Amino acid sequence: MVDISAAPPAPTGTTTDALVELRGVDKHFGALHVLQNIDLTVRRGEVVVIIGPSGSGKSTLCRTINRLETIDSGTIVLDGVPLPAEGRALARLRADVGMVFQSFNLFAHKTVLDNVVLGQVKAKGVKPAKAKEIALALLDRVGVRNQADKLPAQLSGGQQQRVAIARALAMQPKVMLFDEPTSALDPEMINEVLDVMVGLAKDGMTMIVVTHEMGFARRAANRVVFMDGGQIVEESDPETFFTAPKSERARDFLSKILTH
Amino acid sequence: MDDGYFQQFLSLFDEFDVPAAFWVNIQLTFFAGILALILGTVLATMRISPVPSLRWAGSTYVTLLRNTPLTIIMVFCVLGLWGQLGVTLSPDFQTNFFRLAVVGLTVYHAAFVCEALRSGVNTVPVGQAEAARAIGLSFWPAARLIILPQAFRGSVAPLGNVLIALTKNSTVAAAASVAEASGLMRTMIEFRPDVILAIFLTFAFGFVLIVVPIGLATTALSRRLAVAR
Repeated sequence: MVDISAAPPAPTGTTTDALVELRGVDKHFGALHVLQNIDLTVRRGEVVVIIGPSGSGKSTLCRTINRLETIDSGTIVLDGVPLPAEGRALARLRADVGMVFQSFNLFAHKTVLDNVVLGQVKAKGVKPAKAKEIALALLDRVGVRNQADKLPAQLSGGQQQRVAIARALAMQPKVMLFDEPTSALDPEMINEVLDVMVGLAKDGMTMIVVTHEMGFARRAANRVVFMDGGQIVEESDPETFFTAPKSERARDFLSKILTH
Repeated sequence: MDDGYFQQFLSLFDEFDVPAAFWVNIQLTFFAGILALILGTVLATMRISPVPSLRWAGSTYVTLLRNTPLTIIMVFCVLGLWGQLGVTLSPDFQTNFFRLAVVGLTVYHAAFVCEALRSGVNTVPVGQAEAARAIGLSFWPAARLIILPQAFRGSVAPLGNVLIALTKNSTVAAAASVAEASGLMRTMIEFRPDVILAIFLTFAFGFVLIVVPIGLATTALSRRLAVAR
């Protein structure tokens, strides 16, 4: 029996301990101050949805957590360990953080199965036979096992994104980052990806999700973080946020996207 | 062109071993091609690596070698490496010159292989590298497993162009006293000036015969190997 549960090993302490902690994080792109003194704590098993207008820094924030973007100052702590700057330690840490991209980024020259096997074997040293077993079980779980031998380009966008989720899960990450996972999808494929994500959330996976899918935020999020202009403007539970946003900017943003 | 001229022309092939001379060019191309591919891959990896000194070394090599005439490199290999520095690659006189010529062709064309591969690297979307890093691969595994395989497949056509250039440039080995086709052509013209035109056309046609299949093969290969995105 292969263990494909998304949940990380049972936490030893309380269920509310911090898994991802950002303290005073600042980042500039040239003159642009894209992240301004960000403080954010994500607890084990929590699903945090980050929303905000484009250019608000939400994708950048997501990418700093596995250091695909460097930061200028501040600290990011993952499961009690500060993010290493580079080298093997960083590579090891990245294996603990699953990442799902807007544009899927499946390895274009590898089959679907190989995409899910590769990281396990090359970054974690799992035996190929075992890795294949885990990969097939995960592909089954996201509903694309019958596509295992195809190349990514032969799959629909929704299928590719589900493979990308399986690829990230194969590393048994402590936390999953989703950077606008449905923004590049045709409308009819959005739900098949969101369903997988809701399933993950129900299984207790810690998730940080940058998205424009307000339905997902309402259904699956424990907390909504609203960003604008490189700052966290507001954070609260989804019900409070969508029905009674505190800040003017959040009210303005919601009025623009929820009117139709 | 009467029968007499044609007979005169045909008699050349009894006097001189033309296919053997071309065979030398093919051998030069084969060995230099393989070695240049290896050295060029190393250079390209250096040029995309995160280590500044490696990037600097790679780009300096390419700038120097790509901008030096091949004839000068070839003469240096013989007069400099062997004549002055005493570098001997084989006890046999002919083989030594042949190998020195392969070295000259290799170091020169490796710079072009490097640049062809780099153009191939540019066909690989940045997301591929990000995804590789995100699953915990560090630079070398990411380059070896994800970036370079796609870069090779995206640079078959430019690599083919380098191979075609190398095939024709193998004639510069004459500057290293290697008995190859262009050298034989000069000898033949010297001894048989009566059929200069036919001699010239023979060698021109010989190279066309070698190079055209390379072009066709690389075009077909680049279509077949193209990464579907």
